[in-house]
Amino acid sequence: MIRDDYEVVIGLEVHSELSTKTKIFCSCPTEFGGEPNTHCCPICMAMPGTLPVLNKKVVEYAIKAGLATNCTIAKNSKNDRKNYFYPDLPKSYQISQFDMPLCTNGYVEIDTANGPKKIRLVRIHIEEDAGKLNHDEYGSGSLVDLNRAGVPLIEIVSQPDLRSAEEVDLYLKKLKSILEYIEVSDCKMQQGSLRADVNVSVRKKGDEKLGTRTEMKNMNSFRSITRAIEYEVERQIEVLEAGGTIEQETLRWDEVSGKTFSMRDKEDAQDYRYFPEPDLAVINISEEMIEDIRKSLPEMPESRKERYITEFKLPEYDSNILISSKYLSDLFEGATKKCNNPKAVSNWIMTDITKILNEKEQEPNEIPFTAEQLGELVILIDKGTISSSIAKKVLDELFENPRSPEQIIKEKGWIQISDEGAIKEVVQKILEANPNSIADYKAGKDRALGYLVGQAMKETKGKANPQMLNKMFLEELNK
Amino acid sequence: MELYELTVHELIEKLDKKEITPEEIMKSYSKRIEEKEPEIAAFVTRTDKEAIESAKNVNREKSKFAGIPIGIKDNMCTKGVKTTCSSKMLENFISPYDATVIEKLNDEGIISLGKLNMDEFAMGASTEYSAFKITKNPWNLSTVPGGSSGGSAAAVASQMVPWALGSDTGGSIRQPAALCGIVGLKPTYGLVSRYGLVAFASSFDQIGPITQDVEDCAILLNLITGHDEKDSTSINTPKKDYTKSLVKDVKGLKIGVPKEFLGEGINEEVKEKVLEAIEEYKRKGAIVEECSLDIANEALAVYYIIACAEASSNLGRFDGIRYGYRTKNFENLKDIYKNSRSEGFGAEVKRRIILGTYVLSSGYYDAYYKKAQKVRTILKQEFAKLFEKYDFLITPTSPSVAYEIGTKSTNPLEMYLADLCTVSVNIAGLPGMSIPCGVDKNGMPIGMQLIGKPFDEETLIRAAYTYEQEVKFRENHKPTFRKAGA
Amino acid sequence: MKVDKEEILHIAKLACLNIKEDEIEAYRKNLQDILNFANILDNVKTEDVSETITSTSNVNVFREDEIKEFKEKELLLQNAPEKDSGMFSIPKVIQ
Repeated sequence: MIRDDYEVVIGLEVHSELSTKTKIFCSCPTEFGGEPNTHCCPICMAMPGTLPVLNKKVVEYAIKAGLATNCTIAKNSKNDRKNYFYPDLPKSYQISQFDMPLCTNGYVEIDTANGPKKIRLVRIHIEEDAGKLNHDEYGSGSLVDLNRAGVPLIEIVSQPDLRSAEEVDLYLKKLKSILEYIEVSDCKMQQGSLRADVNVSVRKKGDEKLGTRTEMKNMNSFRSITRAIEYEVERQIEVLEAGGTIEQETLRWDEVSGKTFSMRDKEDAQDYRYFPEPDLAVINISEEMIEDIRKSLPEMPESRKERYITEFKLPEYDSNILISSKYLSDLFEGATKKCNNPKAVSNWIMTDITKILNEKEQEPNEIPFTAEQLGELVILIDKGTISSSIAKKVLDELFENPRSPEQIIKEKGWIQISDEGAIKEVVQKILEANPNSIADYKAGKDRALGYLVGQAMKETKGKANPQMLNKMFLEELNK
Repeated sequence: MELYELTVHELIEKLDKKEITPEEIMKSYSKRIEEKEPEIAAFVTRTDKEAIESAKNVNREKSKFAGIPIGIKDNMCTKGVKTTCSSKMLENFISPYDATVIEKLNDEGIISLGKLNMDEFAMGASTEYSAFKITKNPWNLSTVPGGSSGGSAAAVASQMVPWALGSDTGGSIRQPAALCGIVGLKPTYGLVSRYGLVAFASSFDQIGPITQDVEDCAILLNLITGHDEKDSTSINTPKKDYTKSLVKDVKGLKIGVPKEFLGEGINEEVKEKVLEAIEEYKRKGAIVEECSLDIANEALAVYYIIACAEASSNLGRFDGIRYGYRTKNFENLKDIYKNSRSEGFGAEVKRRIILGTYVLSSGYYDAYYKKAQKVRTILKQEFAKLFEKYDFLITPTSPSVAYEIGTKSTNPLEMYLADLCTVSVNIAGLPGMSIPCGVDKNGMPIGMQLIGKPFDEETLIRAAYTYEQEVKFRENHKPTFRKAGA
Repeated sequence: MKVDKEEILHIAKLACLNIKEDEIEAYRKNLQDILNFANILDNVKTEDVSETITSTSNVNVFREDEIKEFKEKELLLQNAPEKDSGMFSIPKVIQ
C-alpha cells in the first residue's frame, strides 16, 4: 500500500529502436534474428580504420518523433562519443548525442483519472544500440553477438512529471502508440525495441526538494515496470521511515523474486568522457526540412477518434479502443473501406478479435490477416453468404492460416443455404419429425420455434440462412 | 643505371616506351630490398616476392600506372596482408577489407612491395616507438629517419620503394621526409579518404605521398584523392589534376614567413638553409614578407591535448575481444581488458592514452579539452588572416636535422618539440609540404615546409617544383648509408 | 593542475590500463610535465571564442537507407582470439 503522505516522482528514459532498413552508421540490415554476427560488417564490428556514415532516415525519424511529441527541432545538432568499456560495445564508445540533441522541450498528453495531464519531455536524441551477450548457463563463458550493434535508437527523456505507476503505464502506452502511428518504430517490446530506464524517488508531500532517485535500467514489459515501481516506492518509503537514506544507484529488477537489487560495483564511478564525434559532420536542419517532415506525418490518434465518432457514428468508448493501437485502427479503417460497414467491423475488433488476442497473449501488431480479409468477411455476412456462427469459424481460420475468407468457406463447404426450395425441404423434414413441437407451438409455447430452427441448423451443419428458416417455419406453423 | 634509381615518372616513361617490364622493375626493387633492408629496417612485412608474381600479370592497357611498385605505411588496412601499426597489439592482425586509398591503387594496377615501419599507432617522431624494429636514416645509419612515417621515408630515400604512402597527424609525413631528404605532402584535411587508415587522431589524420621528387608527389596525389562516401569528412569537390601545377614559375606569388618558426628552438643551420631557399624564391620573382603567427607555441599544447583525447577514445576498441592481442594472463573479463591493453600497447601509446583520458575526464574537460578547441578556433582564424595576404607560407619542417638513435626518446616532452613547426598545419587542417633545401655541415638533409590555403595543393606543388628544378637537390645530394656518429 | 598518484590510478582505470606500482611515478611525472606545459594556453584569451567542433567543413553528410551486405562474413571473425558458434568468446560476464 502506497502511503498517502508521500509523493512519488518518476522520470523515464525510453529507448526505442527505429524501424529503418539499415543500421545507423553502416549499411547492414537491422532485421531481428539471424545467425550470430551475420548482420555485421567491418564498421559495426569496429574493425580498425572504419568510419561511420549517418543514415539519413534516422535523422528524419527522430525529427518525426520530435514533431509528434511537440518538441522544438534543433537547427544545429551534432553527435558525440560516450566512452566506456563493455564487451557489447565494440568501439568502446557509443555514438550518441550529448549537448546538442535533435529535439528538445516537448510533451505528451495522457488521460488520467483526474483528467488530461501533460508529461514534459526534456529531449529526444539519436544513438546506436549495443550488441548482445549470450550467457551460457552451464559453460564458464559468455559469447558476443554484434547483430544488434549499430541498430538505430532514439532516447526519449521525460521530466520527472510522473506521479504513479499508473501514470507511467499510461505514458508508455501513449508514447508507444505515437511511435507506431508515425511509423518510426514497431515497438515490439518482447524484442526489446521499446525499453525504459525508470528513475524513481519519493518525497514527503509538500516538500519542494526532490528525493534521491534510483534507476532501474532496460525494463521491457509494462507489467514489470508497474510491479518494479510499486516495489521500489515501497522500499524507499520503508528505508526513509526507518530513518535511513536512499542511495543514488542503478538497480536491477528481478521478475522472479519481485525485488530490486543493487547492480553496479560502487567503486566504478562512471565518467563517460563525452566529446564531439570527429568522424561525423555536424547536422544543420533547415525550416524546409522540418516542414517537409511535418507534412509527411500521418493523421494522429486524436483526429482519427474525432472522425470515427462523427463520420462513422461510433460510440466514444469504441473509438478509444480502436485508436489505442495503430494496428487496430488501421485494421478498422482498411476493413471499413472494403465493406463499408464500420459498425460491424468495429464489433468484430472489439469482441471476437480482442478475445482471441487475449487468449493467445498477442499484441495487435501480431494479427496475421489483412484488413482487406476482415472486410471481405463482413461482406460475406452482410450478403448472407455465411451466418455469423460460420463467420466466427472463418475468423479462427484467419488467425491460423490467413487467406481469403471466400476461399476458406469454399474449401470448407461453409456456404450458407439461401435457396428457398432447399430451405423449404429442410423445414418440411424437421416438421415431420417433430409433431410434438408443432403441438407445443400451437399451444402457445413460442420456445418451440427456436427448437425447430435449431434442429434445422443442426441438419444443415449451420449452413442454412437463419432468417429464412425462421420466416419459413413461421409460415408453415401459422398455416 | 639500376631501375630502382629512377623516379616513378621516369619508370612510367620507360614502361610506355616498352624499354622495361613491370617484372623487371619488381625484381630490381626486390634485389635492392634484399641488399638494403638489413641495415635500414624499414619493412614490417615484405611482399616483394609476391609483387614479382603479380607483375607478370599486369595489364598495361588498363592504366599507365599498372606495374608500378609502392610501399605502404603499416597503418593502412590491406586485405590479406597484415596491418600491424607497428604494435604488438596488432602483430597478427589481417584486415577484412582494403582502405579506400589501397583500393584506388589496386584499381590502377599499382603493386605493393610491403608494409612499412612506423612509430606504434603513429605516435612518435622518430620511428623508435615501433614495437618491432628501429628504422635507420639512410643518410646516417646511427640516426633516426624521423616519424611516425619513418619506414616510408627511409624506404623511399634508400630507394627500396620508388614512392610510398605515409600518414600525417602532427607532421608524420613532412618531418621524416625532411630528415630523409625527400618530398612529403600532407594534403588538406578531407582531400584524401581516411577510410581504412587506423585512426590516431581523427580530426588531424591525413594520408599523403612520400616521394623522391615533386612530380611524383603530384602524380601520387592525383591517384589517392577523390570523394569517398565511406568517410563523412571527405570533401565532395571535382577532382583536380595536380600535374598541371608542375610549372616553373613563382613570379608574383606572395610568400609569408612566420617569424615564430625561425626563432628560438630552431637549429641555426636549419634556419640558414631555409632563409637561403627563401632568397631563391625572391630571385625567382616571388614577393616575400615576414609575418607573424601569434600562437605558434600554444599550438603544440593544443595539438597534444586534442590528439591524445581522440586517441584515447580511438584506441579503446583494442580490447582483446574481436581481434588483436589477448593476454594469456586472465581470470575474468576485466583482466582481459586491462592486461591485453597494458601488455599490447607500448609505453608511449599508454602515456598518450593517459593524457587523453585525463583531459576528457570530468573536472578537467573545460580546462584542457574545451580550452584547446577554443585556441584551435583562434589559430584557424590567424591562418585565415595570413592567407588573405599570402599565397603560401614557408617555415622549417623540423627544428633540427636527424638526431642520433636513443638520444631523445627518454624525454617525451622534448620529443614533442620536434613537431613544433608542423602541428599547427594539422590543427587548422591545411595542406603542408616538405621539400629538401640543403644539408648541414655533416651532410644531413634539411627540409623546408610550404603551408597552403585549404585545398590549394596546386600552389604548393608549383612553388616546390619551381625550387626543386632550380636547386636540383636530388642530383647534388645522395644518402651515404654511413655509420658515423651524427 | 597538480596530478597525484591517486589521480593516475583513477585515469588508468577509466582507460582500462594496468599501471604497475613502479611505473606510477613515471606516468605521473610525464602527465604533470605536459599539463604544466599546457598552461601556456592560459595566456590566450578565449572568452568570446567558440570551440571548434569538427575539422571538416562538411555539413549533413548522410547515407541513404539501403542495405548493402558485407559478403565475406568469415573474414570478420578470422582475427578473433577466441570464438565459439560464430561468436566472440569471453569469460563469463556477471550481470
